[in-house]
Amino acid sequence: MTDGNGEQETGNRGPGDGWIAGARPSTATSGVVDNPLVESLLRLADDRLVLGHRLSEWCGHGPILEEDIALANIALDLVGQASMLLKLAGEVEGKGRTDDALAYFRDAVEFRNVQLVELPNGDFAATIVRQFLFDAWDVLALEELAGATTEALAGIAAKALKEAKYHLRHSAEWVRMLGDGTAESHQRAQRALDELWPYAGELFLMDDTDRAAVAAGNGVDMEVLRPRWREIVDQVLTEATLTIPKGAFAPRGGRTGRHTEHLGRMLADMQSLARAHPGATW
Amino acid sequence: MVSVAESRRDEILRWLDEVMDPEVPVLSIRELGVLRDVEVSADDVVVVLTPTYSGCPAMHAMETDVVRTLERHGVPNARVKTVYSPAWTTDWMSDEAKAKLEAYGIAPPGRIESDDLVPLRRRAAVACPYCRSVNTTMRSEFGSTACKAILFCNSCRQPFELFKPI
Repeated sequence: MTDGNGEQETGNRGPGDGWIAGARPSTATSGVVDNPLVESLLRLADDRLVLGHRLSEWCGHGPILEEDIALANIALDLVGQASMLLKLAGEVEGKGRTDDALAYFRDAVEFRNVQLVELPNGDFAATIVRQFLFDAWDVLALEELAGATTEALAGIAAKALKEAKYHLRHSAEWVRMLGDGTAESHQRAQRALDELWPYAGELFLMDDTDRAAVAAGNGVDMEVLRPRWREIVDQVLTEATLTIPKGAFAPRGGRTGRHTEHLGRMLADMQSLARAHPGATW
Repeated sequence: MVSVAESRRDEILRWLDEVMDPEVPVLSIRELGVLRDVEVSADDVVVVLTPTYSGCPAMHAMETDVVRTLERHGVPNARVKTVYSPAWTTDWMSDEAKAKLEAYGIAPPGRIESDDLVPLRRRAAVACPYCRSVNTTMRSEFGSTACKAILFCNSCRQPFELFKPI
């Protein structure tokens, strides 16, 4: 289906289905996408894909069984959302790229996620603090996108929003428990906040692509979102007895493909199977 | 008068009642609300599904089961179309379906909770599906599948799952 309405058809699937007939998956893009809607969709999708993959790295390593399961569940939601958004991006782009082609056959410079989500997991406190900073942003952003002009995007956002609310409740509760917990959990949560806080700023940066998306009714005005995000974050951090760090360090660049050294390594792991066996199904 | 297409559609819907949720095998995909529609034309059958959660890994099994079930009933080329809107909600589950869940040992979904973004402490009480006590504790909002939470009954000391309202 390439009608751009967010629907996808599947029948009897076989090996190789889903790839462009008779062609190798394209890796030939320079990282420049000329359609602002596609670019916006990739930004939304890549945040989820990369964060979802990071969370999946916890599978089998969670501090307690319930959390191992919870992080894997949240990873599934995020990767599922990424898949829907990448499918839509491929349809809008109209060059025959599937969600798998976009996930597994783009290189780091073509990824559009914020740097926050690609950083290594660190300890459980760092994973949770990052998740909280992201979830609070995500719920607010999805609320806006649920009213997007492009119906397929609005539908995906409305669905993802329901899941994101559960994610936020989970991460907010953990931030409070860790911050207002033992001396060690407090110290670890504060250290995580000190390290990760500067990276959260990139979620609110706006460039021409974002402004074009807003103008077309498919974007979010981050200037409006930021104080609302701060309200949620301040409320939870206060209860958690955690302090927002001061400093001018404000990393940026992920939205245009400039990433930390960590993304390439993560992708090497995430993409290795699909690249070694293109079209593999299991 | 019922048209040929309509009676054909009803027949196919009845056959699809045989397709169960692979993770919660007491509910059919129709009772679960995943089966949204069947579009019948002269030479085509399209089954419209919507995923419960975005990343539900059981969706592929359900799609395959739909195609195979219809093949068994002599419909060779059924296709599955996935839609995301309107977003799946546990409100689509009938009282009868909820009763089946409870009898199976899974607390059925209650009403969808308020839209407070960070409700840190308040949650609706969930009754234990075994002893009906509401003296229960949430252990984790994420269970063995995306759609379930893990709870513990303080009265009968039994862990149980809740089908999360969403």
